[in-house]
Amino acid sequence: MNPQLLQLICFYAFGFVTVAAALSVITLKNTVHAVLALVLTFFSAACLWLLLEAEFLALALIVVYVGAVMVLFLFVVMMLDIDQEKMREGFVKFLPVGLIVAVVMLVEMLGLIGVRAMHAQVMGANPAIAAGMSNNIEWLGHALYTKFLLPFEIAALILTVGIVAAVALTLRERADARHESASQQVKVNPRDRVRIVKMAAVRPDEPTVPQESQP
Amino acid sequence: MISLAHYIVLGAVLFCIAVAGLFINRKNVIVLLMSIELMLLAVNMNFVAFSRFLGDVSGQVFVFFILTVAAAEAAIGLAILVLLFRTRSTINIADIDSMKG
Repeated sequence: MNPQLLQLICFYAFGFVTVAAALSVITLKNTVHAVLALVLTFFSAACLWLLLEAEFLALALIVVYVGAVMVLFLFVVMMLDIDQEKMREGFVKFLPVGLIVAVVMLVEMLGLIGVRAMHAQVMGANPAIAAGMSNNIEWLGHALYTKFLLPFEIAALILTVGIVAAVALTLRERADARHESASQQVKVNPRDRVRIVKMAAVRPDEPTVPQESQP
Repeated sequence: MISLAHYIVLGAVLFCIAVAGLFINRKNVIVLLMSIELMLLAVNMNFVAFSRFLGDVSGQVFVFFILTVAAAEAAIGLAILVLLFRTRSTINIADIDSMKG
């Protein structure tokens, strides 16, 4: 089969799955199912990126999004006790508004981007090979560690700030917990605990113990 | 033969689905967060497609940074959500009105 035709068939298959899964994300009743549909959306989007020969980003999308972010979502959804019925209130009421806005927006976007002009842009040779690199990862890494080194470091900083913020937000001290607080123990001042009393060394009075008669 | 238009149209469709999701799921904060993730995916799709068709690496580097920031954003957003549920025992947007916004 013609490889370009095969590519086109793959594009339509993955694109259809992506759009169908995205539609089910916003319409499914059960939030857990919506999260799983979002996983499918990301996975098929990663397949589409593989068709574009963006291998690193496709795999990073699967590892970072499907592997980490979506699992985090799943944890939170399962941890919270959500009233599914109450969450659906207003779904039918806002459905026409949402549909109208989405369709109008789509028509405007398609008119704006000029589909016919973009259609002339066909996929050329792999730009990584054209740039003299052996593959996509080398191409991306070369740019990331030379031209974009400062933004790369800042991204690492942002992730660190994200960890600290997430932990600081959710950390709580239970009032009824029976554990020792090490920081409080270290902060104790000996003067608050022990009082040293100075007094004269006096001999106490003779104990007047009555002699008990032996039976 | 795949052209740039295929990917741009797909990105636009995904973005509009996410906007519709914001409109019709006004009660559930988790689905709103997921709609935002879908929007970011649509934008990333455009970036990768332009990067491939125009032969410029900057688009893919930008997607890398968007993924980073989106991961941090999801972590902090979910942390706020957990905190909200712990104090108010609801994630219904209609009930979160203490700031009178």
